[in-house]
Amino acid sequence: MMLNRRQILLLLPAAAVAWDFVLADNPAGSPNYKMSDHWWGMLVDITKCIGCGSCVRACALENDVPEGYFRTWVERYHVSDWHIENPQVDSPKGGMDGFPPGKTEGGKNFFVPKMCNHCVDSPCSQVCPVGATFHTPDGVVLVDYEYCLGCRYCIQACPYGCRFFHPKKHTADKCTLCYHRITKGLTTACCEACPTGARQLADLKNPNDPIHAFLKTHSVQVLKPHLATGSKLYYNSLDGSVR
Amino acid sequence: MGEFKDIAHLIRLAGVFLLGLVLFLVVRSVTIPKSFGQYGPFRGAALVELSSRPLAFAGHEACEICHPDVAALKAKGVHKSINCESCHGPLSKHADDPGNFKPVLPDVAQLCIRCHSENIAKPAGFPQVNAKDHSSGQTCNTCHKPHSPSFDAGDKK
Repeated sequence: MMLNRRQILLLLPAAAVAWDFVLADNPAGSPNYKMSDHWWGMLVDITKCIGCGSCVRACALENDVPEGYFRTWVERYHVSDWHIENPQVDSPKGGMDGFPPGKTEGGKNFFVPKMCNHCVDSPCSQVCPVGATFHTPDGVVLVDYEYCLGCRYCIQACPYGCRFFHPKKHTADKCTLCYHRITKGLTTACCEACPTGARQLADLKNPNDPIHAFLKTHSVQVLKPHLATGSKLYYNSLDGSVR
Repeated sequence: MGEFKDIAHLIRLAGVFLLGLVLFLVVRSVTIPKSFGQYGPFRGAALVELSSRPLAFAGHEACEICHPDVAALKAKGVHKSINCESCHGPLSKHADDPGNFKPVLPDVAQLCIRCHSENIAKPAGFPQVNAKDHSSGQTCNTCHKPHSPSFDAGDKK
């Protein structure tokens, strides 16, 4: 079959559209889920977090996170007015069992839940020498545990400290944004367990998701924006002292 | 044919290259997993493995199918935004097999203070108590119903 230049030019955009469909498929195990329809992120409202640690416990129970390691954790900040650049942070057992009564003398006190930021331009995936860390078409950063060599490069590369070396699997491990839940139409375990709605899973491609109204009307920030990681973990009322 | 004489060494060289290419293609087809590139530049089967993990938390929609009475009671009270498994723990086993897997009632003494014990870092408007002063040793559910904890007729909101 011979094609002239005109026919090839007409076919190119069609091929581009078709390629998009080849990439954006639905993974087996969740037949009604189409990856190209979603773009996942999370909203963390610091004004609502009470530091109960429900998210940390739920994550550990849902994902079999080994004891002493955390896919999500809660930090408590104490910021005094003359040490705004040097906040005092504590997180006993990742905040899993709550927090002891804190400092009462002057300054601000607040909780900051943390987890993988599911960055669009993630440093962890850029440094992986074997391509074990990858981006799904719906915006989640995942680890292929069969590819991972356990070189720990990504653990050092993550500017948010969200990765750890799994003591049994001997691979890097991190938050999967409960990929087995969100592909079934459920929210993540941490969001399910959060009693105050401080954490909310957000689908940025869904025009009806309440995230859009929230982002338009609140002062929202991501962690370490100067690193341009494209973080999708949006914090409401984030204090400048949070690192 | 004049220009094609003395080309035996070139044919041998081409043969070596061809052999190398065939070897490369064979090694490539053996080492690259079948599902690589299925959804993007990664092993597609990894996505399937991760998304087929069993659930621990069933999700509040599953609870509300069988327990609409509790859901209705909770929807009226201040605990309306709290999902069932936030207090009752992960119960997908119970949701799958309600007959054989019975949930354990949460220990109220531990449960309430997780959220409501005093802490300087909690938001100012959040109801917090010093458990010892507040109830003089009585358990919380002596006065408060967990699914609808505020007092209906009264002085306290």
